[in-house]
Amino acid sequence: MIAAVLPWVILIFALAMALNLVRLARGPGPADRILALDTLYINAIAMLVLLGIGFDTFAYFEAALVVALLGFIGTVVLSKHVAQGDVVE
Amino acid sequence: MRRWLPNPLVSLVLFLAWLLLAMSADPANLLLAAALAVAVPLATRSLAPEPARIARPAAIVRLGFVVLFDIVVANIQVARLILGPESAIRPRFVWVPLAVRDPNAIAALAGIVTMTPGTLSSDLSPDRRYLLVHAFNAPDEAALVAQIKARYEAPLLEIYR
Amino acid sequence: MSTLAYAADAAAALLLLAGALFALVGSWGLVKLGTFLKRLHGPTKSTTLGVGCVLVASMTHFALRGTPSAHELLITLCLFLTAPVSAHLMVKAALHLDPKIRPGPPPGGPAGD
Repeated sequence: MIAAVLPWVILIFALAMALNLVRLARGPGPADRILALDTLYINAIAMLVLLGIGFDTFAYFEAALVVALLGFIGTVVLSKHVAQGDVVE
Repeated sequence: MRRWLPNPLVSLVLFLAWLLLAMSADPANLLLAAALAVAVPLATRSLAPEPARIARPAAIVRLGFVVLFDIVVANIQVARLILGPESAIRPRFVWVPLAVRDPNAIAALAGIVTMTPGTLSSDLSPDRRYLLVHAFNAPDEAALVAQIKARYEAPLLEIYR
Repeated sequence: MSTLAYAADAAAALLLLAGALFALVGSWGLVKLGTFLKRLHGPTKSTTLGVGCVLVASMTHFALRGTPSAHELLITLCLFLTAPVSAHLMVKAALHLDPKIRPGPPPGGPAGD
């Protein structure tokens, strides 16, 4: 049954990522774009895990983990940069 | 003990995280995990805040289930609000007076408030006595404050002492 | 396929669908809602829960295949620890960019409790 719903689930996540891109393009401010990127990377993690299920492989997990860590660091750095004009205090 | 494991909880998490990452429990990985669990807290000791003093592990588990349950229920509420008309949403900022004093407990409370949808911890007053919370839909300010204090803060007061 | 495995398979499929719908609602809120602070509520949490559902479904799937995997636990742990921090930092950035939306100081002053 997982195999039957998987294509639809991937489609829905793709739609969600497209919506994030709309917000990323529209802005209007830097905070909105950071939020859009943040949501985008979390959806990307879900996409990688779904691919792992689809192809029956563990190969995507390391990628998902790296995306999770780097995405978080990216959000932190961008927010700090916007809030303080400087990354390192 | 204190000298080699300044923060036993962090060491335990590191140990388990390494085993999960390696996906095996053979002697080599156990040894490496143990080495990391000792070395990393020692190397980062000057960065770490004061270690949390935790009492009552049972209360932690109970709080975990309450939070998990609230995350699911409140997510459904927020989803309904997002799909409904936007004029029905009443967002507002609320200052929540804090009874917890331990910095670790305040951090935990702020994290829990953020993870339960509908509320978002935004700022802490400089004297650490008030937490600024942004509520997605809060017609009744007092009820929101009472709910946060009863459901999350009271167990945290029990856990950190 | 035993009954139990069948039930687990169905539960995982349901979790996948529920997770996808949560993620979609979160992203839809990101596009639809009018102000930044309202928008922040949708994606940060609905999407995190959606991914959480997908991760649990993935664990079930690999357990059914006979190759149990625990990497999902690490990703879940990582996501649920980092999501509040990034949300908090984004609010701070927004408050800094637009000081008008910041509310007044707390009531009561130094007394409190």
